[in-house]
Amino acid sequence: MINKVVENAGAAVRDIKDYSTLMLGGFGLCGIPENCITALLSTGVKNLTCISNNAGVDDFGIGLLLKTRQVVKMISSYVGENREFERQLLSGELQVELLPQGTLAERIRAGGAGIPAFFTPAGVGTEVGNGKEVRTIDGKEYLLESWLKADFSLIKAWKGDTAGNLIFKGTARNFNPMMATAGKVTIAEVEELVPSGTLDPNHIHTPGIYVQRIFQGTNYEKRIEQYTTR
Amino acid sequence: MALDKIGIAKRIAQEIQTGWYINLGIGIPTLVANYLPQNIEVVLQSENGLLGIGPFPLEKEVDPDLINAGKQTITMLQGSSLFDSAESFGMIRGGHVDLTILGAMEVSETGDIANWKIPGKMVKGMGGAMDLVASADNIIVAMQHVSRSGNSKLLKQCSLPITGLNCVKKIITDLAVLEIASEGGFRLLERAPGISVEEIEQATSGKLIIANDIPEMII
Repeated sequence: MINKVVENAGAAVRDIKDYSTLMLGGFGLCGIPENCITALLSTGVKNLTCISNNAGVDDFGIGLLLKTRQVVKMISSYVGENREFERQLLSGELQVELLPQGTLAERIRAGGAGIPAFFTPAGVGTEVGNGKEVRTIDGKEYLLESWLKADFSLIKAWKGDTAGNLIFKGTARNFNPMMATAGKVTIAEVEELVPSGTLDPNHIHTPGIYVQRIFQGTNYEKRIEQYTTR
Repeated sequence: MALDKIGIAKRIAQEIQTGWYINLGIGIPTLVANYLPQNIEVVLQSENGLLGIGPFPLEKEVDPDLINAGKQTITMLQGSSLFDSAESFGMIRGGHVDLTILGAMEVSETGDIANWKIPGKMVKGMGGAMDLVASADNIIVAMQHVSRSGNSKLLKQCSLPITGLNCVKKIITDLAVLEIASEGGFRLLERAPGISVEEIEQATSGKLIIANDIPEMII
């Protein structure tokens, strides 16, 4: 059986070089690759393009990489939780491409599924449509959007096995499964790593074919942005 | 008197029919879930990958892996399902969600909506709003009739960057219930209790269509 296990986050991200394009899973701080982000702080790799729905908060998630100025460009749909991000954006230090969330998800899915472009209604008549082909299909206008791919995808799952099969939990799934398919090298960090053959094949969300490296993460903080109780 | 946020949420709740799948935006729309009539059963969709949003958790139930689109901790109701973001927006764009309720900074008399950006001031991003408004057949906007600085939010044309064109069906504000007329214009359907037609006219910058008799909302 193929064994994709690497020792830890440091080993997993060792060959991520300056100017790489990364995809990072997560919605807000839910389901983000905490260990890989910490490891990137250590390697100090710079001029990264990061594709991620959000940009973390000032002192957690991708926000940490923004603070150290390791990110040169973000491709995201919503960045409202991060003041340092807003500052860098308004001052022009950071390039930002904002996309409708469904368009972002589908562009990533398309990148992993060999679909170079597709038409979507989201963004027609808005500045998102600037410079993009508009086509009328069955009487309604659609924008042509192209696929997104990454040099490395950094994924967080709940359980995984040594062959790279992954299971997610709750709403921590979000962008992780499609990002796993769109990375040249996909690195999965999991809370529990088990031997191949242990997980029920009926319950696998992401098949191991998409995952090149896997490790069991440590010290998950799982910070909550809006702690709300009744 | 003008409605408060809870009053707006209660009035919107009356629009909802049993069996519907509904996406609630952040802010007032989220409150609507608290005021659904007892006999109404709906399924709430969360764009980050859940059908079947339940109430906020008790302290001992809080799970960081279970949040809504506003990043608040939530619970799941019995019969819930979980899925990824591509699937979530597939069901949104595919027209499977019966009703979308969202907030707005501006709405035009032709049903355009602006709610994602104030140039030079606020750059938060559109999140899922553009996908939702581009696809949903039934969109209700929940908002204040007039901005904090005193300007009408119901305009002939939106002045802020657009989120979507010709998409809003109904608007429920602190002053009124209005629908977008097919020929353009805000058709006044109901007044908030104690609010006069003249007050609504003053607060509306776009074309207001007024029939003879405008009833008061029943909250």
